Amino acid sequence: MNISRRHLMILLPAAAVAWKHVLAGTPEDSPNYQMSEHWWGMLIDIPKCIGCGNCVRACQTENDVPDGFFRTWVEQYHRSDYHLETPEVISPDGGKEGFPVVKEGEEGKFFFVPKMCNHCTDSPCTQVCPVGATFITPDGVVLIDPKYCLGCGYCVQACPYGCRYIHPEKKVADKCTLCYHRITKGLTTACCEACPTGARQLADLKNPNDPIHEFLKTHTVQVLKPQMATGAKAFYNGLDGSVR
Amino acid sequence: MSGVEGYMYPNEVTLYWSVLIVLYPYITGLVAGAFILASLERVFRVEAVKPTYRLALLTALAFLLVAPLPLILHLGHPFRSPEMYFTPHSTSAMAMFGYVYMWYLMAVLVFEIWLDYRREIVLKSQQSKGLMRTIYKIMTLGSSNISERSQHIDDKVGWIVTLVGIPSAFLLHGYVGFIFGSLKANPWWSSPLMPVIFIFSAMVSGIAAVMLLYMATTKLRGQKIDMRCVDTVAMYMFYIFIIDFSLEMLDLVHRVYEADESFRSLNFLVHTKLYFSQIVVQICLGTIVPLVLLFLTQVVNLKELARKRIYAFSGSLALIGVLAMRWNVVIGGQLFSKSFLGYTTYKMALVTREGLLVAIGLTVLPLLFLWALVKLLPPWPDKNLHEAAAGD
Amino acid sequence: MSGLKDAGHLFRFAGLFVLAFLVFLVVRAYVVPKSFGEYGHYRGAAIGEIAARQVKFAGRQTCETCHTDIADIKAKGAHAHVNCEACHGALAAHADDPMSVTPAKLDTAVLCARCHTASAAKPASFPQVDPADHSGGAPCETCHNPHSPIIGSDSGASAAKGGAK
Repeated sequence: MNISRRHLMILLPAAAVAWKHVLAGTPEDSPNYQMSEHWWGMLIDIPKCIGCGNCVRACQTENDVPDGFFRTWVEQYHRSDYHLETPEVISPDGGKEGFPVVKEGEEGKFFFVPKMCNHCTDSPCTQVCPVGATFITPDGVVLIDPKYCLGCGYCVQACPYGCRYIHPEKKVADKCTLCYHRITKGLTTACCEACPTGARQLADLKNPNDPIHEFLKTHTVQVLKPQMATGAKAFYNGLDGSVR
Repeated sequence: MSGVEGYMYPNEVTLYWSVLIVLYPYITGLVAGAFILASLERVFRVEAVKPTYRLALLTALAFLLVAPLPLILHLGHPFRSPEMYFTPHSTSAMAMFGYVYMWYLMAVLVFEIWLDYRREIVLKSQQSKGLMRTIYKIMTLGSSNISERSQHIDDKVGWIVTLVGIPSAFLLHGYVGFIFGSLKANPWWSSPLMPVIFIFSAMVSGIAAVMLLYMATTKLRGQKIDMRCVDTVAMYMFYIFIIDFSLEMLDLVHRVYEADESFRSLNFLVHTKLYFSQIVVQICLGTIVPLVLLFLTQVVNLKELARKRIYAFSGSLALIGVLAMRWNVVIGGQLFSKSFLGYTTYKMALVTREGLLVAIGLTVLPLLFLWALVKLLPPWPDKNLHEAAAGD
Repeated sequence: MSGLKDAGHLFRFAGLFVLAFLVFLVVRAYVVPKSFGEYGHYRGAAIGEIAARQVKFAGRQTCETCHTDIADIKAKGAHAHVNCEACHGALAAHADDPMSVTPAKLDTAVLCARCHTASAAKPASFPQVDPADHSGGAPCETCHNPHSPIIGSDSGASAAKGGAK
């Protein structure tokens, strides 16, 4: 690193203070973060996704996701020109180590689709929880309370998107938290941080300056399974009709 | 990925609801069905089935006591289950379980059994010795009043309890059907018919169970089976079976006709992974064969022995068929992907908390409870029990 | 109703219910967590607990607070929008204690190939090559500066090893 020792002595404490500031406080107590000022969502730009699997690995690292289960995963679609309703889909280990190479010249269209919890406003999963262990926060993030969850699995059955699982060791339901512990500190989610092409971007719908507002004005977006009327907040740009 | 054909969302590959969740609706179904049989005599005055009345109530109680066990064993955190009582989520059908269960157990079954047996309980509390005497004394709740008037009151109140018990039984088992039927995420389950199908198949299984238990226990006691009773029970089972079969066929025909986006995937599922359990066991062996046999008994004048054999055989097949139905609903609903692009496999464990051995144990346990209940509160008239003042 | 004394046993049975209900209410008052219902039908304290979980990725802003020279090089190059930890992995531990926690050395042969190996499934506009054809086995940083990968774009700094001395 091209920094002189003296330069370092000045920078380090400043960095330390900045870092501690980032780490400070719980959301409802922190003077910096008011839940009522945010309404979180995610923007996923399909034409930008290269299927590198960075997001899957980053999520696993950030959130200690157990092997074999996924808070986020990437699917590779092959939509044949002749069978639009029945695409071939693969997701080897959730796309964690990327995908096998597709040779040029194949018929049909190939593309990648990152999937995650859609943090639905009318989420069927929070509706069915018998005790109130899963809920949507005032700032729009669907979370699971691991100290209260019974592990009954009803929410897992109720999610139309397959984004939930029962943690094999903790025996409670688990899923993407939209990196709540990060976004409440002004950071972005781990998957967005790791995405090299900007295919995934955190969106705060209540923030008038958030780029999503401009994006939604200028692009055609879809949500997964709109017929389920879940109020999904993961918005996809360029989502093909064959995506399940 | 092992056991996966086509594409499953990565988190869908494991099944989260095991054979224990198959057992739970089966057990509560037997409870509801047995109770409906009991109510036939009590409320609808079908006098012919009276010999099964008390046995039906005890059977319902024996199974109801076991019912929470598969649920508790399945939970990731069983000791947190009281949360369903303390903070039930009003939008969740499952949250209803704690209260509906407690209501049905205490305010319906235990109450009705207590009212019907109170005279015997008081007499036994006076005539038994040792531990049994204490047990019966506790069961009297300190009241030894078995006057004519008090028994008349018991009778009237018992009638009301049974009347209230009928919708309660429907609620106890119907809400389970609703748990499945209200999930829009799963097209195999999502249907307004689901609670209705559950209730009617429950009635078939409960009535079959009590009929078989009556025939078995009567034989074991060396007594003569009341054919008028068994004929009537079988007749009701037959009619309810027809309704159940019609409902299931309606669901099937509707699916095939509408052929919505899930149809292709579900159709493949039924023809491959569910072929044996659905087509062979549930529909052919478990429904059509018993229906045909029972139909025979209704239209042909068969000898007593032939009828007994047919009832026993049909009843057993019906019980297996209804269990298969629960299996096909619960397990079947998790074998296909919500992407409609793939299938997975259920790997049933053998010796774990949710394995086959536990499942078998939970099916046998109610019979042990029933045995104990029958010893404690014999459903049959006890010639030795007489009032202190007058002979019997 | 006359003959209430003959219904005494019913009152005893009802009494059991009342007693059980009262016990239930008392237990409930103790057992239900205090923050339950604060924001909705859930334990309000759970929000804070989840928000207090450990952060593993520091985030590019924190990296750039110290590594200003790399940030400068990167800002002008094709990887300007690629965050540091997308390649370097989670380094909040390093940001917390830079002297003791040293980031691992990266193997460009594996790392770069993950994104840039050509596949018909990737968007056509994305720069991608067949690694074997392209460099004949030579590691990527032989010619490309990972922080400003287009050859010749990183004026001043040396091509290899990320522009370090």
